[in-house]
Amino acid sequence: MAERRPFSVTRLPGFTAIAIITFALLYAPIATLVAFSFNGSESIAIWGGFSWRWYAIAWQNTAVQEATVRSLVIAASAAAIAGTVATLAALGTTRTRPFRGQTLIYVLVNQPLMVPEIVTAVALLIFFSGIKLATGYAGLGYLILAHSAFCVPFAYLPIRARLEGMDLSLETAACDLYADRFQTFRHVTLPLMAPGIVAGVMLAFIISLDDVVITEFVKSAGQDTLPTYMLGQLRRAVTPEVNAISTALLALTVLLLTVFFLLTRKRD
Amino acid sequence: MVPEPPPAGNGSSAAPGIAVEARNASKEFGQGEGAMRALDDVSVAIRKGEFFTLLGPSGCGKTTLLRLIAGFDTPTSGTILLNGRDITADPPNRRPVNTVFQSYALFPHLTVLQNIRFGLDMLGRKRAEADARAAEMLALVRLEGFAARRTAQLSGGQQQRVALARALAPAPEVLLLDEPLSALDLKLRKEMQRELKRLQRETGITFVFVTHDQEEALTMSDRIGVMRGGRILQIGGPREIYNQPANRFVADFIGETNFLAGEVEAVEGDLATIGLPCGSLTVPATGLGQGQKVTLAIRPEQVRIGEAEGLPAMITGNVYFGTDTHCHLELAGGAEIVARLQNAADDVAALDEGTSVRVSFAPGSVQVLQD
Repeated sequence: MAERRPFSVTRLPGFTAIAIITFALLYAPIATLVAFSFNGSESIAIWGGFSWRWYAIAWQNTAVQEATVRSLVIAASAAAIAGTVATLAALGTTRTRPFRGQTLIYVLVNQPLMVPEIVTAVALLIFFSGIKLATGYAGLGYLILAHSAFCVPFAYLPIRARLEGMDLSLETAACDLYADRFQTFRHVTLPLMAPGIVAGVMLAFIISLDDVVITEFVKSAGQDTLPTYMLGQLRRAVTPEVNAISTALLALTVLLLTVFFLLTRKRD
Repeated sequence: MVPEPPPAGNGSSAAPGIAVEARNASKEFGQGEGAMRALDDVSVAIRKGEFFTLLGPSGCGKTTLLRLIAGFDTPTSGTILLNGRDITADPPNRRPVNTVFQSYALFPHLTVLQNIRFGLDMLGRKRAEADARAAEMLALVRLEGFAARRTAQLSGGQQQRVALARALAPAPEVLLLDEPLSALDLKLRKEMQRELKRLQRETGITFVFVTHDQEEALTMSDRIGVMRGGRILQIGGPREIYNQPANRFVADFIGETNFLAGEVEAVEGDLATIGLPCGSLTVPATGLGQGQKVTLAIRPEQVRIGEAEGLPAMITGNVYFGTDTHCHLELAGGAEIVARLQNAADDVAALDEGTSVRVSFAPGSVQVLQD
């Protein structure tokens, strides 16, 4: 409080009230969903006492088990591929002399953030159906490739930020101290960018785990992921089982995001 | 020792006793019309075991020259020789030359010990040997208890010492220092100046030191190269640079100097009589012709204020500096000069503004600069 700022949004009338209402609107639906995942009755609206019942049902549901495994396999594969691509792209756009078309590369890498998801979904559907017809292959590969593609920018941004924040004289110093290019990368660049890579991969993992639109279009029959399975369930009778699955997903996401936050937090 | 190919028999070997040499080195950044000439046909030979300073204002090319020696940049033309061997095309990791960076560039993910060992590890030294050498370096820079610390936990002065130890550990033939003291406060800087001199004496390694601080250059160097606009203007010992500056820029950049514009009235052997608006002075000088316009350079501490003989002047003000007082004078004809009076020795400082006095200069202290 050493300095009095000329303008502060916190002193506007109604600031506190608006803030409370905004947070309530954001979190009340999620809180409700979490609460009713512990509902003892069959309803998603009428409270019937606390119970783990729906978690047990979801746990034993083979469709849920399969969708979960599929989701994790796709997310892990897509995160690994996107992380590798994004690392190389980040090195290529920050550790080279500025080249003609660099901005274009930047736009291309980040394209999935700008193009409407439904457009990408339709395009992939048409593109992959041609390949399916030609090759006869109908496995998980299409979903993994599709997820990898739209996960790249999410992995790219934290890695690039990390590289840009790195003091270039560190690499010069390594070279001065008899490290060749590979040793410089192995002993200096890579360890210093590692937190960025981990953060990028985790973000890609979450984005993939959460995707509905592109998955819905690209998946073949019997390739439901957890989100598309839940969407399918909502079309029929809705039970708190969906709440239980959602809450589990939420817990996983919050956990990963917490780790992401801790990794990208600026150290003082 | 650093692996080194046998001396090349290409006849380019320098005179013995020369550690590193630049021959007609030029460096241009950019191309075509927008090209910037950072270094313009510079030749300099730095002797083995010497503390050599490149001194100049920012943008004079001193850091560029250092980077050419380190191998971070390659010259547009010219050659760099190390012990007579042409290393112009060698990458930095193949040159037995190490650098202390202005920002220190310590590896933040490594400990102090790992930082110091880095060069030794990259050279493939045996573990025990590298450990012993690193311990020796820690002792040399007086950081024995700090081996396991992270570099971020150290103060600026300690980081400086780690940077020095890291660069000295592989026993380079030449140590390059790029304004290493500029980030330290005055007191620590003075301490590190003495420390650097000690390290240089104890290791016997050739130091090439870059600075824009003329006092730092004078106190530490065996020889100084004064640079401006990509060229070296003068190379010499601190006394030579200070007492016999080659031109007006050097005289002005190193210390404080009074300049008086004049014209040669007469030349008689080794003596020349210079006409000034306020009178004339006879000073030792050679190579002058009658009627030539010259500038006289006189250091403020060489100006004597008296009553009997010299050029007529009037005191226009006194500025007190603690150890000494700067007495501002106006000579007849309007030229202004400054006299530095030591407060412990002189009581002239008490002279008031407006007092008429006579000004003379210590024998041999007047430099005649040809413009």
